[in-house]
Amino acid sequence: MDMMEYFSNADLVGSSPILALGTFSLIALLVNSLVKNSQKIVFWVCVAGVVVSLWFAFDNFELNHTAFSDMLLVGGYASFYSILFLVITLFALFLSVPYLEKEEYHLGEYYILIILSTIGMMLMGSAGDLITIFLGIEIMSVAFYVLAGYFRTKLSSNESALKYFLLGAFATGFLLYGIALIYGTTGTTNLIRIAAQYPQAFMDPLHLIGWGLVLIGFSFKVAAVPFHMWVPDVYEGAPTSVTAFMSTGGKAAAFSAFILAFSVPMSMHDPKLTMVIAILAAASMLIGNWFGLSQTNLKRMLAYSSIAHAGYMLIGIASGTQLGQQGITFYLVSYGLTNLGAFGVIAMLEKENGKNLSYEDYAGLARTKPALAALLSMFMFSLTGIPPFAGFVGKYYLFASAVQSNLTWLAILGVITSLFSTYYYLRIVVYMYFREGGEELPPLSRISFATVVLSGIGIVVLGIVPSLILDVLKSMF
Amino acid sequence: MQAYIPIFLMIGVGLFLGITFLTLQRFLGPHRPNPEKLSTYESGMPPVRTARERFSVKYYMVAVLFILFDIEVIFLYPWAVNFRALGVFGYIEMILFILILLIGYIYILKKGALQWD
Repeated sequence: MDMMEYFSNADLVGSSPILALGTFSLIALLVNSLVKNSQKIVFWVCVAGVVVSLWFAFDNFELNHTAFSDMLLVGGYASFYSILFLVITLFALFLSVPYLEKEEYHLGEYYILIILSTIGMMLMGSAGDLITIFLGIEIMSVAFYVLAGYFRTKLSSNESALKYFLLGAFATGFLLYGIALIYGTTGTTNLIRIAAQYPQAFMDPLHLIGWGLVLIGFSFKVAAVPFHMWVPDVYEGAPTSVTAFMSTGGKAAAFSAFILAFSVPMSMHDPKLTMVIAILAAASMLIGNWFGLSQTNLKRMLAYSSIAHAGYMLIGIASGTQLGQQGITFYLVSYGLTNLGAFGVIAMLEKENGKNLSYEDYAGLARTKPALAALLSMFMFSLTGIPPFAGFVGKYYLFASAVQSNLTWLAILGVITSLFSTYYYLRIVVYMYFREGGEELPPLSRISFATVVLSGIGIVVLGIVPSLILDVLKSMF
Repeated sequence: MQAYIPIFLMIGVGLFLGITFLTLQRFLGPHRPNPEKLSTYESGMPPVRTARERFSVKYYMVAVLFILFDIEVIFLYPWAVNFRALGVFGYIEMILFILILLIGYIYILKKGALQWD
């Protein structure tokens, strides 16, 4: 038996971004264990890994094949999502350094865990097989469970990690059971080979139940109602830099795999499956925005906002069209930039032991830190979906896809709930600009500020010239 | 449904055997309980404390690391059996695999995860 027939150069090229990042994570681990106080070196090794991996991902963009017997997709969609995850990781890495130094909790393991979870995300975004998706979800989630409990002497961080771990493990069980049923009814876990058996396989109720269970697993990972209970506590308890990474990278990864797994079953426009996902979307939008209204803690408010945004993006899945999937992808880019920026501002202003996080603490920020207040207002406008920011274009495409697929009621609900969300997003703007108060703040870190400014520029550019991304998306799907 | 008959049969037989043996020994066997007989280890040492105690987290650490390296051996076995068939490719593959685990081992060693105190 010659092993070479199962393994070719194309496989190596296809998985090069993942392999490169994996190699750098091992180097970082080695440096971390052999050199004392090597946080800075580990950080730069991780940054180098992300940059090299980015280069490979760009290099693969033009390719269009599969690797490892259809287990992994190469080029196009996979490369786009890999680049998205890597850029988010880069932002998150640079946001973390000043935050961890301020909190006096600076360990090299943090950065290694961040890039290990990125490897999981990249596997999810380039999965051609349900098993690859499962593997990616596990690699990402296990790193997240540890990162959520990174402040191990703080009670809230421990609570966050334990809650995330127990519920996450439970949700993964559903996902695996669903995969087992799909395997039982089609004889394969490969997405391409499952698609080849349509539409006959779709008639089997067991097959539908399998997709239903997979849907539960995914709904948990994207934080859709009614599987959202973990989100507020985990987002609030985890270190702010981790929350920034989890809410952007984690969500983008979950949706990338969601699209890969569900694009074929959803294109059958099965009324039952469409209705289930539409209801998930509607419930997420309603409940996420509803509970967002009564929050006083900014991290918690953004957690509920994250639930609501999962609802908006689920509209794209429910529509079952390419327009919807493009809409989700664009939305993920804009949501990623916006949330990284918002959490970046919060991380900069946070004080020890999770202080300075409530609306009242932001009163008068426009006077003490005018630039930060302006940036945070921009992020809030983008989250609400007000032009000319990127959030508006994303919402537009998602609602358009709903109308196209005769789900107009979902689009109407989306617009109405966005209107509700204006109250709690703009409330922070009101506090910053129209309330007196606020003590003088210590000078802020330059790296964090640069990162936040960069994401601010990103959402404005994408809001004014969305074709930058949309043209790429159209060639991809 | 046809394909599942052996499984149902297996469940049925399993239930039947389990229930029969448990009920039969109740009627047929002698039943003379005394404190000595009811203790946890009838012929062993008398238990000193309850078993539901808190364990040091160090045991957990050792258990996790044991599982990790145990799995490594599980992967080594089939490779060793097929060593000739897998050839140089398999050899390189296995060296890479062990190298990754070795880095993990260096990490836990340097971080003092194996030190008891």
